[in-house]
Amino acid sequence: MSSSENIATAPRSRLFGESVMGDRIREFFRHTTGVTGLVIILAFVVVSLLAPVLAPYDASRDRNLRERLNPPSAEHIFGTDELGRDLLIRVWHGGRISLRVGLIAVAVAVVVGTTLGMLAGYVGGWLDTIVMWFMDILLAFPGILLAIAIVATLGPSLTNAMIAISITQIPIYARIIRSVVLSLRESEYVQGARALGARPLRIVLRHVLPNSLSPIIVQLSLSIGVAILDVAALGFLGLGAQPPAPEWGLMIRDGFSQFLRAPWMSIFPGAAIFLSVVGFNLLGDAARDVLDPRLAE
Amino acid sequence: MTTYLVRRIVGLVPVLFGVSLVLFLITRLIPGDPAIALLGERAPEAALQQLRQDLGLSLPVWFNLSAVSERGLLGLFDSQYFHYMGDLLRGDLGRSIFSRIPVTDSLLNRFPATLELALAAMLIALVVGIPSGVYAALHRGRFQDTLIMTLALSGVSFPVFWLAIILIYLFAVILGWLPPSSRLGVSTSLDPVTKLYVLDSILTRNWVALRDVLRHLVLPAIALGTIPLAIVVRMTRSSMLEVLSQDYVRTARSKGVGQRAVVTKHALRNALLPVVTVVGLSFGTLLSGAILTETVFSWPGIGRWVYDAISARDYPVIQGGILFVAITFALVNLLVDLSYALIDPRIQYS
Repeated sequence: MSSSENIATAPRSRLFGESVMGDRIREFFRHTTGVTGLVIILAFVVVSLLAPVLAPYDASRDRNLRERLNPPSAEHIFGTDELGRDLLIRVWHGGRISLRVGLIAVAVAVVVGTTLGMLAGYVGGWLDTIVMWFMDILLAFPGILLAIAIVATLGPSLTNAMIAISITQIPIYARIIRSVVLSLRESEYVQGARALGARPLRIVLRHVLPNSLSPIIVQLSLSIGVAILDVAALGFLGLGAQPPAPEWGLMIRDGFSQFLRAPWMSIFPGAAIFLSVVGFNLLGDAARDVLDPRLAE
Repeated sequence: MTTYLVRRIVGLVPVLFGVSLVLFLITRLIPGDPAIALLGERAPEAALQQLRQDLGLSLPVWFNLSAVSERGLLGLFDSQYFHYMGDLLRGDLGRSIFSRIPVTDSLLNRFPATLELALAAMLIALVVGIPSGVYAALHRGRFQDTLIMTLALSGVSFPVFWLAIILIYLFAVILGWLPPSSRLGVSTSLDPVTKLYVLDSILTRNWVALRDVLRHLVLPAIALGTIPLAIVVRMTRSSMLEVLSQDYVRTARSKGVGQRAVVTKHALRNALLPVVTVVGLSFGTLLSGAILTETVFSWPGIGRWVYDAISARDYPVIQGGILFVAITFALVNLLVDLSYALIDPRIQYS
C-alpha cells in the first residue's frame, strides 16, 4: 500500500470513527436488502407515529351502519367492515399496536434474557443449572404454543399477549449471552482484567456486554418480526387484543367470518402484517451478513 | 451410540418434568371455576361441591397437610399435584371436563389428522425447497437467485392464518378448484385403518376416496408448509454454497467430473446435513402452526381440538394436548440428533 493511499483514506475513517462498528455501519448501507428493510420499517414507524395527528381515531365510536361492508372505493380505499368502519384508518392505527407490542415484548425479553444469561454464565454452578433448566423448559414448547398456554391462564388481552410473547423470547437471549460469557470467561484479557482486580460488574459491563452486541442486534430485528406475527396470531385466535381494538390479527378474525362477502376485510390487515414483518426480516438478514463474519459468503 | 442414546433420554427427563410442572401450574391458574363453567352460574352449591369432588378439585393443590394426622405421611401426597403426576406416569391424562372422553383416547384419535397434515406440509417443503435451494446456490448472485431468495424471505414473513384464508379464497371460492375445509367430502366413504386417510385409501384401494383426500389436503398443506419451505430453501442454499467452495469439490471438478455429478454426488449429500437439523426443528413449528391452520380449515386434528378446549376452559384437554405436542417435539429432536450418525459417518457418539 503506498503512502498516498493512506493519506487519502485516513480522514474518511476518522470521520466515521476508527471503530469496527463504523466499518460495519458503512458496510450495512451498501447492503441493498438491508437498506430496503430499514426503509420499510422507518416508513411504518413514521406513518404509525403520525396516525393520531393526521387521522385521529376512536375505535369505540367509529361505526356507520349505513356503509356496512362497502368494497374498496375512492372514498374508502380499503373498503369498510361489518360495522361500516373505514378499514384504511383501522389498518393504519393497527400499525401502532403491532409496533408497540413488538418493541416492548422484545425489549423486555432482551433485558430479562440478558440478565439471566449473564448470571448463569458468570456465576455458574447451581444457578447456571437452574436457570438453563428453566430456559430448556420454555424452549420445549414449540412455536406459539407456550404463548397460547400463558394467555389461556392470564386471560385474553393485548397486555397478556405481550407478556406471553416476551416470555417465549427470553430463552433465546439468555442462551446467546450465556454462550458469549462462557467463551469470554476463560479468555486472556478477561483473566487479565480479573488479575488487575476488576470487579465482576465492571468485567460484565466493559467486556462481556460489548462482545454480545453483534449476536443480539442480529436477533433483535428477527425477534420483532416474530413478535408481530405472534401477536397477530393470538389476536386471530381471540386470545390477544379484544374488540373494538384495531389490531391486525383481530381484524383478520372479523374478516374471516365475512370473507365470502367482504374479502378485503382480511386482505388488507394481512398485507400490513406481511409487509412490516418483511421489513424486519430484511433488516435482520442484512445485520447478520454484516455483523457475523462466519456466515458471510 | 447406546451410551449416547441413554444419556440423551435421561437428559430429557428433567425438561419434560419441568414441562409437566409448568402445564400443571398454568391450568390450575386459569381464571374461572370449571365446576361453574360446567354446570352454569345458577347451579345449586351442593351439586357444585359434588362435581369439584369428582374432578379432584376439592383436594389441596400441593400437599394435603390435614390428611397426615389420619393416614400418616402418605396422606401428605393426597393432593391435586401428586394425583396429576401419578396419573401422568401411568399415561392417564384425565378426561375432558365436558365430553368425559379420556384425553388419551381423543389424542390418539386426532393425532393422525395432524400428523398427515404435518407430513404433507413437510413433503412440500422438501420436494420444492431442496431443488430450489440448490438451484439458487448454483446461480448465486444472478436474477434466479435473487428471485428465489426474495420468495423465501416472503415465505417466512407470512402470517400462516392469513395465507390460509387467501388460499381458500383463491382456490376454493373464486376458482372453485379445491374444497375449502375438512378432510373428506360428505359423500365420500372411507374405511379407517390407520386414520391417515391417504394411506387408508391406498390400503383399501379406494381411488375415489384417495382423490378426494388429496384434494382436501392440498391447501392446508401448502399453508402450513410455507414457512418450513422457506427455511429449507435458505438453509439448502447457504449450506450448498459452503460445500461448493470446499477443496474436494474443486478437486472433483479438476478431475473432469461433470457439473451434475459434482452437485448430486459430491456437494448435495454433504450439504444436506444442516438441512436435516432445520427440518427436525421445523417439525415443532408445524405442530404449533397446526393450531392456526386447523382452525381456518376446520381440520379435525389436535390443533383445532386444543383451540376449542381453550375457549371452553377444558383444562385436562389443554394440558394433555400441549404436553403431547411438547413430548413429540422432544422426541423428534432426539431422532434428528441420532440421524446425524446415519447420514454422516464422521460423527460418532460415545
